[in-house]
Amino acid sequence: MLTFVAIVVDGLVYASWLFIVALGLTLIFGVMRILNVAHGGLYAVGAYTSAAMIGAYFRGGYPPALSYLLMLASAAFVGTILGLLLERGLLRFFYQRDEVIIVLVTYAVFLMLEDAIRLIWGTDAYFAYQPYSLLGNTQAGGLNFANYDLTLIGLAVITGGALWWALNRTRRGMLLRVVIHDRELALFMGINVARVFTVTFVIGAILGALGGAFTAPMISVTFGIGVEVIVLAFAVVVIGGMGSVPGAVLGALIVGLSRSAAVHLYAELELFVIYAVMTLVLAFRPQGLFVRAAARKI
Amino acid sequence: MKDRTLWGLTAGTLLLAAGGVWLPNWAMFLVTVALAKGLAVLGLLILWRTGLMSFGQALYFALGGYTAGLLGQTFHVRDAFLLLAGGTAVSAAVAAALGFLIARYREIFFAMLTMAFSMILYGALVKSQALGSTDGFAITPATFAGFAPSGAILKLPLFWLACATAYFAALGLHRYLLSPMGALAVAIRDNEIRVEYLGVSVKDAVHVKTVLAAALTGAGGVITALAVGHIDPEMAYWTTSGEFVFVTILSGTGSIAAPFAGSILFELLRSFAVQYSPYTWQLTMGSVLLLLILFVPNGLWSLFGRLLRRAA
Repeated sequence: MLTFVAIVVDGLVYASWLFIVALGLTLIFGVMRILNVAHGGLYAVGAYTSAAMIGAYFRGGYPPALSYLLMLASAAFVGTILGLLLERGLLRFFYQRDEVIIVLVTYAVFLMLEDAIRLIWGTDAYFAYQPYSLLGNTQAGGLNFANYDLTLIGLAVITGGALWWALNRTRRGMLLRVVIHDRELALFMGINVARVFTVTFVIGAILGALGGAFTAPMISVTFGIGVEVIVLAFAVVVIGGMGSVPGAVLGALIVGLSRSAAVHLYAELELFVIYAVMTLVLAFRPQGLFVRAAARKI
Repeated sequence: MKDRTLWGLTAGTLLLAAGGVWLPNWAMFLVTVALAKGLAVLGLLILWRTGLMSFGQALYFALGGYTAGLLGQTFHVRDAFLLLAGGTAVSAAVAAALGFLIARYREIFFAMLTMAFSMILYGALVKSQALGSTDGFAITPATFAGFAPSGAILKLPLFWLACATAYFAALGLHRYLLSPMGALAVAIRDNEIRVEYLGVSVKDAVHVKTVLAAALTGAGGVITALAVGHIDPEMAYWTTSGEFVFVTILSGTGSIAAPFAGSILFELLRSFAVQYSPYTWQLTMGSVLLLLILFVPNGLWSLFGRLLRRAA
């Protein structure tokens, strides 16, 4: 029974983390049909910025409670700048090209971001544990849970909910959904698709950086965190259906719970199970769980 | 045109094999590994001509390497030819099985599914203590039909094996691509549905090409494992697949020799980048990739081809 509770809670925590990280990726793919490999780089930049700022903040002796706001602000700042630079400065020249070419462009950007991170922050590991330990632990039924992990669940719900509300209940969101459905038609109707693309990419970049920023207190921020995250985010996005926010929720839950079950029950299967689940879903639903019917051009 | 490629390949390989004798050890090692990885890129060439980009060739690369290692460790097989055959066979067999699933997908989902399979192998390898987990294990140097090289010519037979494998693979693939089955590749890329109306099963064609690519990559994995002397799960990681894709774009799909030229260039580029700018080598590689995509989208070989045509 205890194991079951542990599996469920750990699974939910991991799923929330996955959801926050994968949300930006699925949004960018849904709107722009770009598989953004650089998302891992944005995540890493968000994590490093957050860790560095938290370190400086707590050394400066400012009120601890505002450190969370600082993490949020640093993610927003870094995401906006990088998102604008990448989209306006580079990606918009490749929109006419093959989808795979853009993936390669984002891969090149990812390589460059990895080195840029190394140049700016060096190869040392950064520890920004204060926000994590500030919240303390909860004892529930013999198990110890860190409150930070539990608030991550809350953060995921808020972020997902906010995005869903923005997409479905606002006018701008409706315009975005039109672009998702049919880019050319949106152009004909007078929607400024170029601006929609920029806004989407910036939001996606902010979400990626946010994932990194809020992960920074949980881990030691070091070289290579971006590389690992990319494949996980891909798995979640592909399972859920690319471009679908409910899909990302379901994908994150499936992957999170399966991995948690594997970790607690049969630890050797941990890495294996995530991709096995992805393969299984793709075998039965070739385009992911939530996918719109699309016409095939002959 | 067929004759030109044939003569060009033969001349090039003979030159390489002969000239390689005078190469310093580090250069011979570099060219051996470059040729082996060039085999993997050759496999990607077939797939890219069919319009598919596989992000999971590292699966077969690692399968080839680990098969060679396990054959050596468990069955004490040390003959390089047997190891090569074994690694290729295992990769081809796995691709034949997985191909039933993979051949149904296109574009991004083909890339994602192949990547998923390679990550599954990676996950299994990392967690398996028997296979050395993230450390991997060492592979004993191979013998060549009973002859165990040592001293000054330690790496030479393996270098020649790499040259020979690359040559015959390129030759075989050249004939394949001139055959109806091979010529279908470009047709499938252009318009799959019309190919179906011709009465050809596109799924079967893609399946065959997946197996071919896998066999080539497996062979490359065996040779790399023998050259490096060590096998680790990194051979199955998605960054290895990413490397192969990088070289495919670098060299282009213009000719059968392009993957090998591109692979040698890539290895040289990376070695010098790591040596002269150890903190910015990825920046260098990334910028090079971007510049290539922008200005030479058909790969460097297309520049070479243009020169040849102007000379002819």
